[in-house]
Amino acid sequence: MTGLMGFDRRVIGRWALTTAAALTMLYILLPLISVIWLSFYRQEIPSFPPEGYSLHWYGVIAGNQRFVDGLLLSVQLGVSATAIGLAVGVPAALCLSRFRFPGREALNNVLLLPLMVPGVVLGTALYVFHVEAEIATGGNLPIIGSTLGLLSGHVLVVIPWIVRLVLASLAGFDRTLEEAAMNLGADRWTTFRRITMPGILPGVVAGAMFGFVASFGNLEMSLFLVGPGRTTLPIAILQYLEWKIDPSIAAVSVVQIVLIGAAMLITDRFVKISRVV
Amino acid sequence: MARLQLNQLSKRYGDFFAASDVTLDVADGEFLVLLGPSGCGKTTTLRMIAGFIEPTSGMVRLGDNDVTRLPAWKRNTGLVFQSYALFPHLTVNQNVAFGLEMRKTPKAEADKRVAEALELVRLGHLGDRLPRQLSGGQQQRVALARALVFRPDVLLLDEPLSNLDAKLRQEVRVEIRRLQQALSLTTVMVTHDQEEALTMADRLVVMSEGKVRQVGTQRDLYERPADRFVAGFVGRSSFLEGSLETPDRFRTRGGLAVACRGTTPGPAGMALRPERVMVAPEPLAGADNDFPGEVEFVSYLGGLIDLHIRLSPADLVIAQIPNREEGFMPKAGDRVHVGWTVASASVFPGAGEDADPTDLPPA
Repeated sequence: MTGLMGFDRRVIGRWALTTAAALTMLYILLPLISVIWLSFYRQEIPSFPPEGYSLHWYGVIAGNQRFVDGLLLSVQLGVSATAIGLAVGVPAALCLSRFRFPGREALNNVLLLPLMVPGVVLGTALYVFHVEAEIATGGNLPIIGSTLGLLSGHVLVVIPWIVRLVLASLAGFDRTLEEAAMNLGADRWTTFRRITMPGILPGVVAGAMFGFVASFGNLEMSLFLVGPGRTTLPIAILQYLEWKIDPSIAAVSVVQIVLIGAAMLITDRFVKISRVV
Repeated sequence: MARLQLNQLSKRYGDFFAASDVTLDVADGEFLVLLGPSGCGKTTTLRMIAGFIEPTSGMVRLGDNDVTRLPAWKRNTGLVFQSYALFPHLTVNQNVAFGLEMRKTPKAEADKRVAEALELVRLGHLGDRLPRQLSGGQQQRVALARALVFRPDVLLLDEPLSNLDAKLRQEVRVEIRRLQQALSLTTVMVTHDQEEALTMADRLVVMSEGKVRQVGTQRDLYERPADRFVAGFVGRSSFLEGSLETPDRFRTRGGLAVACRGTTPGPAGMALRPERVMVAPEPLAGADNDFPGEVEFVSYLGGLIDLHIRLSPADLVIAQIPNREEGFMPKAGDRVHVGWTVASASVFPGAGEDADPTDLPPA
């Protein structure tokens, strides 16, 4: 009797767990699936059921200069911001984890702040700052709407991810390995290059990866920082949506999803992202 | 290999001396063991030799060179870490080759020496493995090979056996000692395990509270401990407290007059090795001291038996007797005679406030 009850309870439990997991997966994947589906529709009005399927909309976006330019600018921005973010974030994380100094906790929080501040606030603040800076320099620093201004904003978005993930890696890094290297004759730089860096590489790569994605998908902050004729891909999509809805938007989204997904998969081949995040 | 000298080496953190005036001279090819409880300064001393801690004052000489202010990577020391600290992303071969690579040894020469070093620790067949694919004992041997392959001036061992299980520890102990003697390596090992220390060392250094308490051979430390701490830490001792009335008479707190070999009269303590205390049902002939007493407590240790014997309300001694088939086997409550020779007791001046745990309070 109790055996049967116990068996029943276990089956019900497993069934409930499977259902909950399936619903969650569905909730996450459904928007992606529908976007991908929509991108292959033949008709212009995204109505259901589809009249047929084609690759027409992919051709349309490839011929749309705004989308192509936006994609190029977004990739350039993401790559440059990530590179600068690494140059700043990795040493910052090393200092934060290795040294005890006054203001360390404050610095830690400041470095993570751009993650907490809403993009609109960050964008407004940077815009106002750029305006003030231009006024203060009497117009000698044309930063409003410049690529440099946009890039500096994206660097801000990238840094918290790198700092956070590198810090997580460093926490699990055994420092006696560094002492062992020094004992064997490696100076500080060689020790960092040969021992520390490989040890924290998963965190560095994952941080760069997430930083790039954050920059690549950033809309709110970028809205305040782009100049005339220079838009990032998310802004190009938004502007297109303001006057037209057709499956080309879905096609652009699919291109984004494929890009980010590919980056994730390639990264995961080299370092197991799941071990750091 | 080379001679290693420490001259009045000290490390101070604020008001706290982690090591204070450590002076040691390790001969070329000698195996010296730093022994002491945790926090005694032995690891600090080792890390100052390796160059990971900068001494506040004093000097470290390696061979003919003063290395006191040299960074770790410019000293030629080979350190085996307690955790082994093998580089997880490098193979066994690459781990062992690391020190040679840093010394820009030509590739062919380096390969040959890595192979030799791994052969030395009997791991020649595992060169392509990663550290995580090895057992603890194998990792330890890789760490040893890595520390030896570049022919360091001195081999440093930081509790190298503490992460091995008991059986393996015995084997590795012998293996390290064999290697050390075969290659005549100047070696400094740190441990808190006195059995390990006694079986491996040429000479031992007992440390406590940052200071060197005594330097000597196993026999020196055991037979002639320099102070109460050494008498209690190396081997076991039971203590009788009291005072020295004349250089050859010690009066216990309980009023017993004990023949001894002491120095200046005054408050003193007497340390007795349990196995040197004789126990018999009758008064003991031959012993310089003989007192009646009552067995208070018996602990059966298998081959040996520990007896706590009360000589007076304030005096308790511990005797250890062999467990023989035909032998005398007292029980708790028995009246016995206890004796020891003058030569087997050590007398230390001063009242014993830092008493050993075996020194039970008077009943």
